[in-house]
Amino acid sequence: MEMTRRDLFTIGGKLLVLASVGATLEQIVGAEPAPDAYKMADHWWGMIIDIDKCIGCGNCVRACSKENKVPGGYFRTWVERYQVAEGKQPKVESPDGAMEGFPPLTDENIKSFFVPKLCNHCADSPCTQVCPVGATFISPDGVVLVDPDYCLGCRYCVQACPYGCRYLHPETNTVDKCTLCYHRITQGLTTACCENCPTQARQLVDFKDPKDPVHEFLRHNMVQVLKPYMATNAKVYYKNLDGSVR
Amino acid sequence: MFRDSGHLIRPAVVLLLGLGIFLAIRAAVVPKGFGKYGHYRPQALALIRSKPISFAGQDMCLMCHDDQGKARAAGKHAHVACEACHGPLADHANDPAAHKPVLPDVANLCRRCHEKDAAKPKGFPQVVTAEHSGGVLCNGCHQPHNPHL
Repeated sequence: MEMTRRDLFTIGGKLLVLASVGATLEQIVGAEPAPDAYKMADHWWGMIIDIDKCIGCGNCVRACSKENKVPGGYFRTWVERYQVAEGKQPKVESPDGAMEGFPPLTDENIKSFFVPKLCNHCADSPCTQVCPVGATFISPDGVVLVDPDYCLGCRYCVQACPYGCRYLHPETNTVDKCTLCYHRITQGLTTACCENCPTQARQLVDFKDPKDPVHEFLRHNMVQVLKPYMATNAKVYYKNLDGSVR
Repeated sequence: MFRDSGHLIRPAVVLLLGLGIFLAIRAAVVPKGFGKYGHYRPQALALIRSKPISFAGQDMCLMCHDDQGKARAAGKHAHVACEACHGPLADHANDPAAHKPVLPDVANLCRRCHEKDAAKPKGFPQVVTAEHSGGVLCNGCHQPHNPHL
């Protein structure tokens, strides 16, 4: 059979339309992943931090670093020590993120306390809103995550986070941050920082679990989130947080 | 048929072809399932979940070391998790023979929590280590699992 140029284009065009319709349909329907014991819809994760219990030992920082292989000099969680003298700017220190704790403070006449910090896993997170490619997102169970295979490393999210919780991983050149130990909490374990906190100053909580102690905690304590005026709907609640903390 | 309908058919074919090319490229470029839960790849969730665990967790330790757990439960360190002092031991839990844990460095370990610091909560037991023991290691007097003398 003789094939003209016109025939070739006609057949090619038809095939192209068919292929695109097929591919689009396949993408919409897709293959469902294997069923899983962990149901994302049943959880809404957060954390409670009791300032009155934190002793600034840095166990959480070391545990996080080991569990998540955080590169040296970068932190997914860190601890700050505040010294608030009357009429002065508060002095805030965090030597190496408190990886080795703090040098002893002897002045008893100044108000001083420790503040552990981490990603606040905001329900209305500014960081996920600015990502141009959809590489960072809030999971259905309320954890702010980064897709390392999809991140371009543009750092918009690093700038957008009001809490300074993100960094560019020096080896992968993609953004890295606290995952709330997503690989642990989806297996029924607690986060590495909470597991290793010797005074239970920080506790992982599930707001969707009616038996979780968080409901009692929120009902009976003075709690605060960091930078409430940013309206980020942060899910890390601090008990007895001093007004000087930023 | 309309007069000169050929003028309509040709642009329509071009339009359809263009649409076809767009859909084909889109299908090839957009990751599978993108948008299932939101503006991201759903596979990222499984990827992040697949990271290995370093800290086995309290319950895992106590499956074998029940005796140490009981000793600890009787004392002030009842709520301090094993790995908070002994370090990450998931490898040991998976294969106890191949991964032997090393004992903690007592000189630094106890000090991190119990060195006197004005910022620590007032009720928390603290000492100035230099004055407290005269250089004797903490576990010379205190049992780490039940430290009260």
